[in-house]
Amino acid sequence: MTRPRSRGRLRGFTTVLLFLLPALVLFLLLVVAPIAVAMYTSFFKWNGLRGLPTDFLGLDNYTRAFSDPVFLGDLWHGGVLIVLSLLVQLPMSLGLALLLNQRLRGRAFYRLLFFAPYVLSEAITAVLFTMILSPDEGLANQILESIGLGGLEWFAEPSTVLLSIFVVMTWKYFGFHMILYLAGRQGIPEELIEAAKIDGAAGWKVFRHVTLPLLGPTIRISVFLSVIGAIQLFDLVWIITDGGPSHASETMAVTMFQFGFKRFQVGYASAISVVIFLISLVFALLYQRYVMRRDLEGATTVLRDKR
Amino acid sequence: MKVCRRSAALVAASALILGGCGSTGGNNSGGSGSSAGSKVTVEFWNIWTTEPMKTYGVNAIKEFEAQHPNITIKNVATENEAFKSKITTLTQSGKAPDVYQTWGGGVLKQQVDAGLVKDLSGDAGSWLGTFTDAAMAAYQVDGKPYAVPEDIGMVGFWYNKALFKKAGIADAPSTWSQLIDDVKKLKAAGITPMALAGKDKWPGHYYWAYLAMRIGGLDALKQAGETKDFTGQPFVEAGQKLKELADLQPFQKGYLGAAYDKPDGQAATMGNGKAAMELMGQWAPSVEKSSGKGIGDDLGFFPFPAVDGGKGSVTDAFGGGGGFAIGADAPAEALEFLKFLTESNEHRKAVQTGGVLPVLKGEEDAVTDPNLSVVAKNLASATGFQLYLDQAYPPAVGQEVNDSVAELIAGTKTPEQVAQAITETAKSE
Repeated sequence: MTRPRSRGRLRGFTTVLLFLLPALVLFLLLVVAPIAVAMYTSFFKWNGLRGLPTDFLGLDNYTRAFSDPVFLGDLWHGGVLIVLSLLVQLPMSLGLALLLNQRLRGRAFYRLLFFAPYVLSEAITAVLFTMILSPDEGLANQILESIGLGGLEWFAEPSTVLLSIFVVMTWKYFGFHMILYLAGRQGIPEELIEAAKIDGAAGWKVFRHVTLPLLGPTIRISVFLSVIGAIQLFDLVWIITDGGPSHASETMAVTMFQFGFKRFQVGYASAISVVIFLISLVFALLYQRYVMRRDLEGATTVLRDKR
Repeated sequence: MKVCRRSAALVAASALILGGCGSTGGNNSGGSGSSAGSKVTVEFWNIWTTEPMKTYGVNAIKEFEAQHPNITIKNVATENEAFKSKITTLTQSGKAPDVYQTWGGGVLKQQVDAGLVKDLSGDAGSWLGTFTDAAMAAYQVDGKPYAVPEDIGMVGFWYNKALFKKAGIADAPSTWSQLIDDVKKLKAAGITPMALAGKDKWPGHYYWAYLAMRIGGLDALKQAGETKDFTGQPFVEAGQKLKELADLQPFQKGYLGAAYDKPDGQAATMGNGKAAMELMGQWAPSVEKSSGKGIGDDLGFFPFPAVDGGKGSVTDAFGGGGGFAIGADAPAEALEFLKFLTESNEHRKAVQTGGVLPVLKGEEDAVTDPNLSVVAKNLASATGFQLYLDQAYPPAVGQEVNDSVAELIAGTKTPEQVAQAITETAKSE
């Protein structure tokens, strides 16, 4: 009796393996191998030319990164953008989503309109805002001046550049988060809201005790995407400011690109890439372990229990 | 049937993977062995994506192919910035195209050290002697030529004669203190004295480099490149002079975020008559026209002024050009093509289009454009030549120069810190 069963299991295993193999080979080749190579080269002084790196430095590239004011500035900018996203961008998206969940005229049009910026590529967004926020002839300053306010220097002033970048980021991504929240809100059964109302809960209380908790999973995934996006921010900054003026808008990815492809210090750039990877990885693991644990139940946990 | 399907899926998957691996290259063409008579393809990487060189390049290749029926030239034209990323990626994988655009200096040296570039001294014969010394200077690595020039130019002040007149300035300044005075006069007349692209950084480094040249002379720059010490007096003083200029706030509004050739950028500001001068290379007039309206006959040129008590001569030129190198594994026909491009009759055609400036001896009369003619004459009588610092030195040092000088102009670094930062980067290379 045992023989056919184990044969069956073996066949099952072979089938699984064969189905997995193409994806696995691609994954190893295109994801795992580059990560391994980047980790390896991050221990060397290497300009990316002349075959394999030979000039071993140990952890020097890492200590250099963490004593470089530019890189420390990158970390600070990343932190500022994350905090601003969480405190401004996401609440705004949530508010809009709830608003557009109400019955109001032209609802579908507004939904489409607010989602439209997300469809544009980052490069196009960046070029667009370079023109709109241009200090001399840009649309924004002309409007500001016509209503009697002085124009701002936007991307041309170290003290305002990071906020200006954040404005562009928000413009581009609030629609995406809004759609997420809208979908989450529509997944909440009306009966619950009605029940709460019958129990005497009004406006704010319904939101606080029914809508918000039930939107929990959506909010958690939206926060997750927002944070990872801020950590890896590159395209917008690169096209709009190159990280300037005076490194005031530089992000880790921009610094990495500068050193890897402009200065040919590929070893150091690899070290920065590994740091970005580790920050993202640690954040993702901790977040999934502690914050999204309940949301993931039924996915990972149950599978493990059955085995 | 089952087995069949499985293996079909496997074959498809592996084809995908192999396809992914196979298309990595630029240099699938020649290899070194090429026998006469058989078909040879030479891959030619250039940056001729804009007129007039775009059309010129296509015609030149056609003509060459007509003369050499067994050679096919694969024309790979890429926009300037994209070209730099593309060539970087290719050389990092240990390959080089057969014939490719280079700006010489530190980047070329790295490629030479990696064994990717062909040494031209053996095959060249009398060919190399036809180029001017200034034009060849950038392509010598350890005393050997690794590329030949196609274009050469220099940086100087392009100024708006009408605006200078309006501010009551009769003559173009010939010393630094006169320049500072003129900046003050222009400001007093309500005119923006200078246009600068702060975002792009490289236009800012021209000021610092020229000042260092005028104060310490060409030898100071050469010596600093060798000893990797930029803390000497000429470099600190160059920073102080530039800071003195920047403190007058001579640049257009929002210059820290301005790009060079974008709308509202340095060239557009100058081309629309909103600033009185810009420090820029020989391409300035054409970019002013394409990004802005262009200022026509009001445009004039004066060389970077002398600094009182400085060792450098006012006739020393700072600039660069572009040339072509040959990949180490390129077929012999690549050299033939390059000789064709830089041969006197052919290169004259390129100069006559206005796209490049003379690199061959006695070619100056082929320049037709009056603005370019001024530059060509200045170059022909130059007593010394210094390549752009971001190309002369290794890439990391060049970028540090650009970065630090940008911070000096923005007021976040002192002249001493600039000298220190560049020295540190140079020492770590």
